[in-house]
Amino acid sequence: MALDLGGRILRSRTVAALASPHGIDRYLTQINPMLAAHEVRARITDIHPEVSAPGAPRVATVTLQPTSTWRGHRAGQHVSVGIDTGEGRRTTRVFTVSNTESKPGEPLTITVRAHEDEHATPYSISKFLTERATVGTLVHLSQAEGDFVLPDRVPEHIVLISGGSGITPVMSMLRSLQRRTHRGKVTFLHWAPSPDRQIYADELDEIRRQGHGIDLHLLHTAEGAPYLSPALLEKLVPGYREVPTWACGPASLIEAAQAAYDGTESLRVEYFKPPRNAGVAGGEMEFARTGKSVANDGATILDQAEAAGLTPESGCRMGICFSCTTNKSSGRVRNVLTGETSELPDEQIRICVSTPEGDCSVDL
Amino acid sequence: MTTVENTGNRRLSPEELEAFGAEMEAIRQRIVADLGEEDSAYIYDIVKKQRAFELAGRALFYLPVIGWVPAVACLSISKILDNMEIGHNVMHGQYDWMGDPHLNSRMFDWDTMAPAENWKYGHNYMHHTFTNIVGKDRDVGYGILRMDEEQEWRPYYLGNPIYAFLLMTFFEWGVAMHDLEVDEIVAGRRTWAENKEIGARIWRKVKKQTLKDYVLFPLLTGPLAPLTFAGNFTANIIRNLWTFNIIFCGHFPAGVASFSQEECEDETQGHWYYRQLLGSANITGSRTFHIMSGNLSHQIEHHLFPDLPARRYPEIAEEVREICERYGLSYNTGPLHQQLFGVFKKICRFALPDRKKPAAAAVESSPVLEGVAA
Repeated sequence: MALDLGGRILRSRTVAALASPHGIDRYLTQINPMLAAHEVRARITDIHPEVSAPGAPRVATVTLQPTSTWRGHRAGQHVSVGIDTGEGRRTTRVFTVSNTESKPGEPLTITVRAHEDEHATPYSISKFLTERATVGTLVHLSQAEGDFVLPDRVPEHIVLISGGSGITPVMSMLRSLQRRTHRGKVTFLHWAPSPDRQIYADELDEIRRQGHGIDLHLLHTAEGAPYLSPALLEKLVPGYREVPTWACGPASLIEAAQAAYDGTESLRVEYFKPPRNAGVAGGEMEFARTGKSVANDGATILDQAEAAGLTPESGCRMGICFSCTTNKSSGRVRNVLTGETSELPDEQIRICVSTPEGDCSVDL
Repeated sequence: MTTVENTGNRRLSPEELEAFGAEMEAIRQRIVADLGEEDSAYIYDIVKKQRAFELAGRALFYLPVIGWVPAVACLSISKILDNMEIGHNVMHGQYDWMGDPHLNSRMFDWDTMAPAENWKYGHNYMHHTFTNIVGKDRDVGYGILRMDEEQEWRPYYLGNPIYAFLLMTFFEWGVAMHDLEVDEIVAGRRTWAENKEIGARIWRKVKKQTLKDYVLFPLLTGPLAPLTFAGNFTANIIRNLWTFNIIFCGHFPAGVASFSQEECEDETQGHWYYRQLLGSANITGSRTFHIMSGNLSHQIEHHLFPDLPARRYPEIAEEVREICERYGLSYNTGPLHQQLFGVFKKICRFALPDRKKPAAAAVESSPVLEGVAA
């Protein structure tokens, strides 16, 4: 109770007025980085290797104890993770929260596969977390975000589809369903190249053995398993277009799912990686502030700007964090996530998920 | 106008300008590639010190009588650090590469009346792009003072020294109001409607600053409230005096060149660097002095490389001086009292109408004109 009272005082309007313009957290953090009134930070309490086979990229599940300001998460949501990886630089990337739904202040986990990230120096966050981070490392978080979540009342039968690392939000959903003791039926289809690098392999085995209404299909395409198609879906889930479905994975999988569900409202998707080069080449891409311009090659504006030697601010590179929001003064752009186009003048756009269609000018 | 020739400098040929620009660009590239741990540790340390001075300042007001002077001193130091070495430099984007949202030019706001959003436009864009181009750089006289012959004399300017004194005392208000461009409205080149958003931002910020310094913190000290009120007021004024003096030494001492709009049409990058160099002046002093001036005592280096962390300016200065020597360009620097005297003379001289120009314009004496003979 005393803590709660302290929190209420720290979050009061009076304290905000006294700490203006920097905010009370800028003072608290000088005392102890785990003291916060609004921001969320966390310390790593455990790093559990999932895959550490020689030759394969490492995968680890990292457990984080957040500050009391963490409001908890719903299964399927993601969180921005910022870490000082050395050379005085902090990199921020988005990861799915992989544990069951957490309540305020409760620990959360993220599962990370090490991969290179040319835009992060000196280390990519995933490499840092899997190879260099130790228990006690400080991490800067956002609140959980995203509406790729299960409803409070889960329908009698649902389909979960995932590909590659897109399994993490789906696993969080599955684990939460088990904890909620969901009594309905779950069909879970997961695509991966081969079984030897399967993350959560033991847990998936356990689920398959126990059954409990979970119909699990692991499809390893390198071993001849079929790709996602209407025929396959119809075989595994008769009448699948009527069954509420959640799908998360790379662009190719999501596009195949969208085609198979043909615009029905039962499908909810989340891109694990947004499509690149999804735009139309042609016209001129102008960077007004620096006076540069390049021939539009159809890639996202962020990619084109970087190829032109500019260093615009950016974060998640997948349309989530809004760090790269830039003013577009003219031209038509397509949002690669939704496919929507827009040609309003002086519009704020996320350049990491916008491709120009024809001539376009942005304030970079 | 204090032309380049009036400052005893020569014009560079297009080839020389290009080579000069390339040398500056090389310095920039080298520093950018070298940014890292030390720069981030430095700014975090300055922030920590600023917060400590601020807390000490606020707390010492609870000590009646003996606490007041140290409290004002701590709070003044805190506000000066906040505005100069932290605020001004962070809002230039000097630390954006660190990826810390709290030291990011788009997020930061400082402990002064001027809202970050307004200031960044007027300062980073208008002043740093068009430095010392009379008629374009609004920091030439701030729309209040006459600081260059090119600004036509009017009887209004007889008050130049008085306006300068008032601007100095209430500098934070001056900086906040600067972005409203009231002089442009009077001249009919700007409408009040264009100011709606800018004015609303100023009003919001002024309310917050006033509430904090003049209502809440005084009230928190109970019966000592009047003393705290007076202390906060004094600290704000001390900060104003200091920042005004440092900033006016940046572009207005003797020997600083100004430029016409024609000279800068279709400007090359080389000429931009050349203009930044001749349009700025440095102040010599100790390490502490440089930190307290936000390294604006290295105004030349700041104008050449506005987005490099200011702690790098002293090391860059060595190289810039060497390059100036080779190109036969002056490097304007001197101790604070000397540069201030140059500024003071200008404020007084331009209060009066210009004397008839002699046939050959005399070279304006500059404190240090190094390398002119080269």
